[in-house]
Amino acid sequence: MNGGPILSFTLHLALLSLVAVGGVNAIVPELHRQTVEVTGALTAQQFADLFAIGQAAPGPNVLFVTLIGWQLAGFSGALLATAALTVPTCTITYFVTRTWDRFKDAPWRIAMQAGAVPVTIGFVAASALLIARAADQNVAAFAITAATTAVALWGRVNPLWALAAAAALGLAGLV
Amino acid sequence: MADSAARNSDADRVPELSELFAGFLAISLSGFGGVLPWARRMLVERRGWLNEREFAEALALCQFLPGPNIVNMSIIVGSRFRGVAGALAAFAGLVGVPLLIMMACGALYLRYGELETLRGALVGLAAGAAGLLVAMAVKMTMPLVRERRVSAILFALAAFAAVGLLRLPLYWAVLVLAPLSMLWCYWRPR
Repeated sequence: MNGGPILSFTLHLALLSLVAVGGVNAIVPELHRQTVEVTGALTAQQFADLFAIGQAAPGPNVLFVTLIGWQLAGFSGALLATAALTVPTCTITYFVTRTWDRFKDAPWRIAMQAGAVPVTIGFVAASALLIARAADQNVAAFAITAATTAVALWGRVNPLWALAAAAALGLAGLV
Repeated sequence: MADSAARNSDADRVPELSELFAGFLAISLSGFGGVLPWARRMLVERRGWLNEREFAEALALCQFLPGPNIVNMSIIVGSRFRGVAGALAAFAGLVGVPLLIMMACGALYLRYGELETLRGALVGLAAGAAGLLVAMAVKMTMPLVRERRVSAILFALAAFAAVGLLRLPLYWAVLVLAPLSMLWCYWRPR
């Protein structure tokens, strides 16, 4: 693959990172739009696969974008994507943490944070819809999504067990 | 935030770069499916680098700023003890090894992703991962519903409709909805 897709993807990521309040789950819809709908670099199923691997592997789930980067342009793509998503926000954090005390109780600061919450929730819900739509191609897959949701909401076990069970069911050819 | 007087004498020692690296490496590898609970255990209980109040304040800052909370946490804790070098050490500990694992996963997926047996596992895994995301959205929404915060629910619905249903670019949704929601919170605090 030539340099075009990964470079524009990297630029988008750097911009997107600035609105990714709380993490990568809020920007999944835009990642999907760019890679699946606009450029067609990935299929919807590939996107859902990579998201799933990112959830199942250890480490912060931002590294989902590492997988996309790898898919687009191998090693350098993975590094570029990871850097694009983390460097801008880490730099901001580094500088803000020194002045945090000065404005942490300011009304505008509290209003900013409180105002960002509902918008982020809407984005995460949109992410859930997109991923579920791509992943749930049949009744069995839909049932797995419903069961995993229930385990994560009300179960007393680590939801990772639900993921493992879902993968095992798929491996057994039941999905 | 750096009032070391508030911490007990045992925790007054400034951690080495290698300790910051190792501490965040342990957090990243133990934190399957959500790293923050592990971060609290490691930073507050095991290493005593932050006390409860400091952790809560650092977390509030992480949640205020863009970017993944745990990545921001590594920068805050690392830089607080050892400046830029500390931030880099903590960040490298958190992201370095998982990054290598992800790259290996990416290579395997590229090579074997179309294999029939593996496809089955991936289809199941993807359906499961979708469930985790649905649960996360529900969990985040519950407090708004419980506290009957109608305006916040409307903003969440608008963001969901714009990005999830109408498939508008996220930037537009952010630029329009976030300022409106923030101004609403500013003028109507309760």
